[in-house]
Amino acid sequence: MEINFRHDVDQVLREAKAQRKSVLLDFSAAPM
Amino acid sequence: MWPDGRIVRFVNENLLPARVHVKDDPAAFKQYSDRYQAPWTPTILLLDPDGVEQHRIEGFLPADDLLAQLMLGRAKLAFQQGQWTEAERQFREIVQQLPQTDAAPEALYWAGVAPYKATGDPASLKATGRAFTTRYQDSTWAKKASVWK
Repeated sequence: MEINFRHDVDQVLREAKAQRKSVLLDFSAAPM
Repeated sequence: MWPDGRIVRFVNENLLPARVHVKDDPAAFKQYSDRYQAPWTPTILLLDPDGVEQHRIEGFLPADDLLAQLMLGRAKLAFQQGQWTEAERQFREIVQQLPQTDAAPEALYWAGVAPYKATGDPASLKATGRAFTTRYQDSTWAKKASVWK
């Protein structure tokens, strides 16, 4: 099981606003 | 950084996860690190539904501490939205489930504040002040709660 990180941050923010959900925004340098 | 199944489950059940990677997409990283003033990695922000930061986690943490910080962020989001009962429940969950983490004393503090915000009754503040006399006595949060005893 993995976290399904998305990279289209503005789209995630729009969906969060519409769905009234909170966002985890990860600033990462970890190997992908 | 996300090897723990508890963390994966918590994020997927409670949050919409997004990532900007400093090497894979430097332009996006700069855009959002400028917007949220987050130049260092790893940094994790918990944003409310309007995109406003409510909690920040900077630097690597072991799994228990990272999970506790994520739970603390979720509880702060409930607190910020005035969901006092739910916020108290979530703060207390941290103290009960991950009592050895650095997030626990902060959670204990806010678990006392939430019912006060709901009712105006200072009894929960006094109880919290007393609770800090038997645990987390060396924490900053014990100092902050010391005026409530």
